[in-house]
Amino acid sequence: MLTPFTRFTGIAAPLLRNNIDTDQIIPGRELMKVQKEGFGKGLFAGLRYQVGGAENPDFVLNQEPFRKAQVLIAGENFGCGSSRETAAWALRDFGFRCLIAPSFGAIFTSNCFRTGLLPISLEPQVVQAIAAELDDHGHLIAVDLQAGVLEVASTFAFQIPPLQREMLLRGLDAVDFTLTFETDIGDFQARDRVARPWVYLSAICSRLSRKII
Amino acid sequence: MGSTLFEKIWRDHQIREVADSEYLLHIDRNFLHEISGAVSLKAIDEAKRPVRNPNLTFATIDHLVDTEPGRGMTSKIPGGIDFMRELSARVGPHSIRFFDLNSPDQGIVHVIAAELGLVLPGTTFVCGDSHTCTVGGIGAFGWGIGSTDSEHVLVTQTLLQSRPRTMFVKFDGTLPSGVFAKDMILALIGRHSASGGSGCALEFGGPAVRQLTVEGRLTLCNMAVEFGARTGIVAPDDATYAYLFDRPFAPSGHNWDAAVAYWRSLPSDPDAVFDAQLAIDVSQLAPQVTWGTSPEHVIGVDGNVPNPAIIQETVSRRSAEQALAYSGLSPGQPIIGLPIQAAFIGSCTNARIEDLRLAARWLRGRQIARGVRAICTPGSNAIKRAAEAEGLHRIFLDAGFEWRESGCSFCMSGGAGGEAFAPGARVVTSTNRNFVGRQGPGVRSHLASPATVAASAVMGRITDVRAAGAH
Repeated sequence: MLTPFTRFTGIAAPLLRNNIDTDQIIPGRELMKVQKEGFGKGLFAGLRYQVGGAENPDFVLNQEPFRKAQVLIAGENFGCGSSRETAAWALRDFGFRCLIAPSFGAIFTSNCFRTGLLPISLEPQVVQAIAAELDDHGHLIAVDLQAGVLEVASTFAFQIPPLQREMLLRGLDAVDFTLTFETDIGDFQARDRVARPWVYLSAICSRLSRKII
Repeated sequence: MGSTLFEKIWRDHQIREVADSEYLLHIDRNFLHEISGAVSLKAIDEAKRPVRNPNLTFATIDHLVDTEPGRGMTSKIPGGIDFMRELSARVGPHSIRFFDLNSPDQGIVHVIAAELGLVLPGTTFVCGDSHTCTVGGIGAFGWGIGSTDSEHVLVTQTLLQSRPRTMFVKFDGTLPSGVFAKDMILALIGRHSASGGSGCALEFGGPAVRQLTVEGRLTLCNMAVEFGARTGIVAPDDATYAYLFDRPFAPSGHNWDAAVAYWRSLPSDPDAVFDAQLAIDVSQLAPQVTWGTSPEHVIGVDGNVPNPAIIQETVSRRSAEQALAYSGLSPGQPIIGLPIQAAFIGSCTNARIEDLRLAARWLRGRQIARGVRAICTPGSNAIKRAAEAEGLHRIFLDAGFEWRESGCSFCMSGGAGGEAFAPGARVVTSTNRNFVGRQGPGVRSHLASPATVAASAVMGRITDVRAAGAH
């Protein structure tokens, strides 16, 4: 069960670069814990800290008021690259709840929804317009998933796939949701075992004398 | 109206529509590795949820394990061993097939998925690794997932998915000598950007794709994710069936005949309609080399580093300037002749037997340049054995390469605090990501084909393989 996603007003931090990959969101060296939380400190580690661990004063999240940012405004293809879900967990653990960019990596988008983060993709010029308005209005933005709007000085409409929206609003767990279709899954597999028997491997595989290379 | 290959695979896996435009899809194969597998198995164990179809679930260790000769169950990546132990301890109670480090079949997930015949045309295939799209080279719908979705597959053997847009990418012409599948996909990404296929299910086709070997098709599909795509697929054909025949997990006997008959029905119908189409002629293509920090930062080896100042749009211009600064290059500078400190042949992109044979053609009887550290990591134990049986390892070793055990090696360890190239080193690499810090802090990775890597290692600088001469 995730926390239901409710309307909030928070600080939005700009990180307007293209192709920020999940290695940059959380480098491999920061994700080596067999757990699903506690990754906030490793968020953007390569950008956020200097060699030796001191904060990089030039990085946006080390500046006021962005230390408490809940919304991130990013460039094209944010979260491309590795499928590491720790990228979404690190953003959540830092305090982010919503990400706005012209486009996102496909796997990262799924991971955000599963983590309770809201990724909103909008046309590049709309993202730029939001960023410009934020600069003039104290960096505050209201995010209303129920209504499908963002509010700075102006109002910006956005769309989210219906199921993802519903799951975020209700804090639904995907496995619990899918298990309500258990009968359908069983029926499908029973039919499919007849149609494509080669897909359903038996427990034993005779690998002797069979080619590999 | 006919159907595309992707639409046919989707149709045969759709269990039901569960919400507007959202579907429950059956997953035929779920592959775990020590990072996402350890996390997802731990989570389902703690939730006391069983694995629904252990016979459709597989596991190996590849990402974090050391690759030095004679390695054991060790990892120089801080914390790495915890993932390896966790996965090893948790697969057994669920009766999941586990290709552990003692298995002759261990290797990089996407490499062994193909060589063991675990992936088959028309199947759905997932793994907690973004390069799972590699298996599209066999004609499967493969894609990477996060660890929460991996739990979902373990427990339900399904995933909730929205249907992606379809895109056909047609490669026309015949590849010139010295130009390979790797150059094809890099050129595509360079031309249409790293988000050019954003969220799409790609089908790669056209004469240049048909001429590729199955291994070349695996390389092509491997980097579909670097184009922003959900997946990339090549329609199966006789080359695919010849490749799969008699592999350990491929069907046999009458099941083989039934499977081939089904597979022959999969290619896109002549009147199928794609949501988007792209075409690229490879006849004049030069070997490709990246210059920046995204696979879209790529040029022909005979080209010059672009000038960000000509980019109108602010965010793109600043992004290109930052990439150039990280790379230590100047606008207009030729990429050819750039001195390198390291060379790497490995990864799920280009560490199959054909890649090693190819690289060996540029290494036989030659030495790598002084001051260059060169490493070859075969993609699987089986590839390593086959290469050694052919004597390829002698060619690599005599040239001055390190000859390693299989695994993700320097494509993973450098960014994870394990083995890395020297800070600031310039590396020519057969991998798929030139991201900031990917192969070590400050390391500048130049993606290229294994031939370009081998030729450049010998010359000690980025080299045009077409002029270097193979044996």
